[in-house]
Amino acid sequence: MPKRTDIKKILLIGSGPIVIGQACEFDYSGTQACKALREEGYKIVLVNSNPATIMTDPEIADATYIEPLSSEILELIIKKERPDVILPTMGGQTALNLAVELSESGVLDRYGVELIGAKLPAIKKAEDRELFKEAMRKIGLDVPKSAAITSMKDGLDIIEHLGFPAILRPAFTLGGTGGGIAYNIEEYRELLERGLKLSPVHQVLVEESALGWKEYELEVMRDRKDNVVIICSIENFDAMGVHTGDSITVAPAQTLTDKEYQRMRDAAIAVIREIGVDTGGSNIQFALNPKNGRMIVIEMNPRVSRSSALASKATGFPIAKIAAKLAVGYTLDEIRNDITRETPASFEPTIDYVVTKIPRFTFEKFPEADSTLTTQMKSVGEVMSIGRTFKESLQKALRSLEIGSAGFENIETNIEEIKGKLKTPNAERIWYIAQALRQGMSINEIHELTWIDPWFLHNMKQIIEMEKEIKESGVRSQESGEILRKGKEYGFSDKRIAALTGKTESDIRQMRYDMGLMPVFKLVDTCAAEFEAYTPYLYSTYEKPFYKIAECEEQSPPHPPLTKGGQRGVVECEANPTNRKKVVILGSGPNRIGQGIEFDYCCVHAVFALKELGYETIMVNCNPETVSTDYDTADRLYFEPLTIEDVLSIIEKEKPEGVIVQFGGQTPLKLAVPLEREGVNILGTSPDSIDRAEDRKRFKELLHKLNLKQPDSGTAMSIEEAVDVANKIGYPAMVRPSYVLGGRAMEIVYDEASLINYMERAVKASPEHPILVDKYLEDAIEVDVDAISDGNNVVIGGVMEHIEEAGIHSGDSACSIPPYSLQSSIVDEIKRQAKALAKELNVVGLMNVQFAVKDNEIFILEVNPRASRTIPYVSKATGIALAKLAAKVMIGKTLKDLKLHKEIEISHVAVKEAVFPFDKFPGVDTILGPEMKSTGEVMGIDEDFGLAYAKAQTASNNRIPTSGKVFISVKDKDKPHTVEIAKKLRDLGFQLIATIGTAKYLTDNGIAVDVINKVMEGRPHIVDMIKNREVNFIINTVTGAQAQKDSLSIRRSALQYNISFTTTISGARAVVRAIEMLLKKQLSIKSVQEYNKTSET
Amino acid sequence: MSKALLVLADGTVFEGTSFGSEGETIGEVVFNTSMTGYQEILTDPSYKGQIVTMTYTQMGNYGVNAEDIESSGGPKAEGFVVREYLDFPSNWRLQMPLGQYLRENNIVGIEGIDTRALTRHLRNNGAQMGIISTIDSDPKSLLGKIRNHPGISALDLVRDVTARESYAWNEGCWKWGIRATERQSDRYEGMAKVVVYDFGVKFNILRNLVDAGFNVRVVPAQTPAEAVLEMNPDGILLSNGPGDPETVTYGIENTKKLIGKKPIFGICLGHQILGLAMGGRTYKLKFGHHGGNHPVKDLKTGRVEITSQNHNYCVDINSLKGQVKLTHRNLFDGSEEGMEHVKLPIFSVQHHPEAGPGPNDSTHLFRRFREMMEAKC
Repeated sequence: MPKRTDIKKILLIGSGPIVIGQACEFDYSGTQACKALREEGYKIVLVNSNPATIMTDPEIADATYIEPLSSEILELIIKKERPDVILPTMGGQTALNLAVELSESGVLDRYGVELIGAKLPAIKKAEDRELFKEAMRKIGLDVPKSAAITSMKDGLDIIEHLGFPAILRPAFTLGGTGGGIAYNIEEYRELLERGLKLSPVHQVLVEESALGWKEYELEVMRDRKDNVVIICSIENFDAMGVHTGDSITVAPAQTLTDKEYQRMRDAAIAVIREIGVDTGGSNIQFALNPKNGRMIVIEMNPRVSRSSALASKATGFPIAKIAAKLAVGYTLDEIRNDITRETPASFEPTIDYVVTKIPRFTFEKFPEADSTLTTQMKSVGEVMSIGRTFKESLQKALRSLEIGSAGFENIETNIEEIKGKLKTPNAERIWYIAQALRQGMSINEIHELTWIDPWFLHNMKQIIEMEKEIKESGVRSQESGEILRKGKEYGFSDKRIAALTGKTESDIRQMRYDMGLMPVFKLVDTCAAEFEAYTPYLYSTYEKPFYKIAECEEQSPPHPPLTKGGQRGVVECEANPTNRKKVVILGSGPNRIGQGIEFDYCCVHAVFALKELGYETIMVNCNPETVSTDYDTADRLYFEPLTIEDVLSIIEKEKPEGVIVQFGGQTPLKLAVPLEREGVNILGTSPDSIDRAEDRKRFKELLHKLNLKQPDSGTAMSIEEAVDVANKIGYPAMVRPSYVLGGRAMEIVYDEASLINYMERAVKASPEHPILVDKYLEDAIEVDVDAISDGNNVVIGGVMEHIEEAGIHSGDSACSIPPYSLQSSIVDEIKRQAKALAKELNVVGLMNVQFAVKDNEIFILEVNPRASRTIPYVSKATGIALAKLAAKVMIGKTLKDLKLHKEIEISHVAVKEAVFPFDKFPGVDTILGPEMKSTGEVMGIDEDFGLAYAKAQTASNNRIPTSGKVFISVKDKDKPHTVEIAKKLRDLGFQLIATIGTAKYLTDNGIAVDVINKVMEGRPHIVDMIKNREVNFIINTVTGAQAQKDSLSIRRSALQYNISFTTTISGARAVVRAIEMLLKKQLSIKSVQEYNKTSET
Repeated sequence: MSKALLVLADGTVFEGTSFGSEGETIGEVVFNTSMTGYQEILTDPSYKGQIVTMTYTQMGNYGVNAEDIESSGGPKAEGFVVREYLDFPSNWRLQMPLGQYLRENNIVGIEGIDTRALTRHLRNNGAQMGIISTIDSDPKSLLGKIRNHPGISALDLVRDVTARESYAWNEGCWKWGIRATERQSDRYEGMAKVVVYDFGVKFNILRNLVDAGFNVRVVPAQTPAEAVLEMNPDGILLSNGPGDPETVTYGIENTKKLIGKKPIFGICLGHQILGLAMGGRTYKLKFGHHGGNHPVKDLKTGRVEITSQNHNYCVDINSLKGQVKLTHRNLFDGSEEGMEHVKLPIFSVQHHPEAGPGPNDSTHLFRRFREMMEAKC
């Protein structure tokens, strides 16, 4: 039976900004869904507040709304667009929650909109813990003993029956926010209190702990004829107790017999039927007691998820795409499998390799955060790798992480520390397990400490034994050839082998070349080679050769001669490169703070652009969440680590015209010079130009030559030198180690004492790693510029004026296109300087420049001759797809060819705001600084700055109130600036409260303010007011460590109770402008396509 | 870890390592795409005469146990080919590592070869005879041994795997938390009686019959139809089994005598024998179907079932000239998977509704067999 014809228009809800627990997997799924549904002739209306997504590209949907994901806005869109149905299963928990809200508030009924994919009762049954358990019991499945708690009193009664450890999960929160394991009554009280607050329905599930059990996930799909298939089974390396998003996971399941697997499969099918997910994909999690096989159902997500993205990439089965088609009425057997072409989607993929996913953490950004892994997700990204064996796949995944690990490096430690690291789950545990094995700890003991299945541990032991063999042989001669070959089969990187044998990475590479020991590429084909595959989705491996002997000819030798590497025959490689003109695009690897979805967006655009020009595009990346690793994005996909070794192997196989490194952020950029050294053609701006912008000395010369200014600076190799430099350039100063990404370990120091403290605490200065000391321009306005150049002409893509002052990391600042306060003469001068820089650096492609404007003087902070984090935002704001144009420029088109003659002036305003993971890290301060902390971004777009800013704030879950009480507590330096803000707020009808110092200052300036106690001044104090929700907005700026510490509880409780706040004066000013506009004008919406139309005319 | 060679009839040579018994074995080399269930596969009598290659790479992970067997007396496959054997199984039901199990049962196993390349080779060139040896390292000599082998198409392999004596079966399917002894059925009175012709029957067929409420009796493949009819069963099941159905002449002859007398359910080889008994034709597939992920559409309900598959031969339903109608079709390659007699209570399927290994989507066919008998009564 074909698709539904009663549907014409479908509203798809995106997942909003990238946050922990909801990353770019939903851009992947949403984009797939849009494409699949449009292919069927449906009109698609899309809403998502995240501009850095492919799905919000104007070509992907018929009407695209980059608007806040709130029910008010959704209602406006529904009213205007009148969709027939909403597909809520592609945008994570955010979309699902919105669908529930719209449904329950009657909006869907009012406008006659149907939910497809998952209906309200199914969503409720899957999401409500009690309903879910009831449903499971009904179909005879086992669940953990538990109770849904809505008060502390009930909680204390129940725990008597359940016992410790107990797991707490607040209902309806993302990525398990606020959840945890309580081992004693004290922890229990604390977690329960927090959970009750965080849950939007004030409900916490307290549960019998299956801590230490084996954890599994099945990805299930169902069509409207009740055909059900399992796409992938996943076994967690980490035992129960670590959130599956934070666990190392492996596909397929490894340690289940067929009987046990089928039992789980039957259970999964029963679950999806009972919950009543009509069509589409679901993820079902199970725990299995390793001692007796007792299996319990943990939870179900009635939608596509992070795991379904992983399962799609792991098997080649595009779950989101198929789910979208099922939602409009197709059945599984009516849909073709793209990869095999001949066979239908109604089957279960079978794989002939092992997939390993390792999460990527960024605890270094939050030194105060507890880095223990629990049931609350803390990772910000992940890598996936494919190998023929678990050992190979695991080691490939380690080097994919890009945290400087090339394998299981030796750790200088003692057995006591190892035991501690094994007992408490943490981000480095896997390396400590290797170290434990290296130091002779038994598998049994490691298992008892970690509960990790011995099968995984034994595999790791084989790796460590192999490591010993490599080390002992030294890989010196031909005789060690067999050891080297086996090492490569086990997934050892050249770099790790080099480290083990005291050689260099290129020595090992040369040795391999000499031996003819090269990786081959195998296909991900959904069917373990049973059918021919047509989609070149490839991974590398080291395999054994085979050969053919002549048939019974008496004279011929018994078998072919040995090759120089001691092999006989050839190894089968399925890459089959074409003779087309082709370009390799290097992706951006795992998401992390500082390098997120924005770069994947750029890489995907490069692919689209080069395809348009008839090039074969070859994508290399290892991030399973992304659009770039969708097998039908690029012509060819290599799912591989982004290391010099792995990338070179691909280039040698494919022999492309060139490689694009400037779209994937630091990851591929780091490879530019090493690749060029190997004779690889780097497209676009030369690595030398990149170096000129990155090398401090050369950069200084460059600016000098162009007569441009930069803040005074110097370098220091020691504490004394740092003090000298600071004295020379004056305080405040910005200090940081050389070569860092995302502002790591960067700080602003106001005096010598804090400088010395920084030097002692944060960094180890040395001649190889000097410390950079820059003059910090206080209260300067920061401006970002993105420009595109073909080597001759330069066009400015966008000038972004930051809301927060210079010194707040540019990735964490809100900003506005066009500038909202700068004089036009300054803006013009900024543009002129950017163009001069692009010309001087001979930029071919994109360039980003960061400026600071202080007292009408322009300083250059940084130049990055590559795609920046702001490219998608600028492109969405202006309607010009900069990354696409840049890719074309890089293969020789001129801007003139591309009809880009001058920059676009827009008549609307687009404000970008950053989104932070503070709620996932209890105790971490929300104060912004030079260290980047945001995970994602949103965009607010409207006719006026105030409204656009207000939308951006709403979208980032920091809703600006239009009435009520504002609490103000600012540092002395900010007090004069506060007067005007406070006055305006009063005029707008707000009540003001302030701590004593601020209150006195404001009262002295004629503004009526109530005084409230600071926390240490006795009760009732400000935190009490926050907890009672008596405050509607908070303006809180601080300086100095002590003041920051004293006021931390204000910011943390504001976060916890979801009271909007700002920690900068510039932010407060923007808020005031937003309030003014919100009171004046009705909220309205407009699609990106409509905005672009206005820009064109 | 001694060296082992796998040589195919076309002269292709794979060098690997032995992980089973020392020795040499000849068989038709086929590949199976199931990711779990190696123990069931090894003990499935239908693999008699065949060397099985697993496409999934990690083998031995959960060891072997006494419960998950499809026949008694150890593996029936002639040899086992895997990418990587892991000798450190982990599972709560584990009794022995796979390698030890193979050695104790004199089964030769080779690991460390590119099984994907082998699979592609078989896919492109068809299933063919092969030899694994851990004792002869001369590929030419091994090729000669293949040439001297008659090939399995000529052999009646059923004789090797069928029961010597008739026996009653009363164990049900594996269920978690229920011991094998507790799965025994002891309710014989009043239950429908089914006689199973054992052409190499998988235990899971018998277990599923017990679960569907049958009183089960298994008879050797050569048992005359008259003897079976004397037992006065309510229905007859023609089981799965190895090899070319045309070599099982006695099975075909006996089946002819049973058609029209009793309700019949045929599975796999039983389905083929039924086809031949009704005067139809069977043909050989290029490399067969061996795995647990094939979609089969029930043409009556329109539902798709994911099935367990293990066959190299197929019934040409057209050749039955209107005696039967097609009931099931394989959605991978369109091959015919099931039929039903237009008048008589007779039906059969090419796939394995009993699972073991593979999905349980089609186990309802055992209930259907039962309902068919009840309808007749």
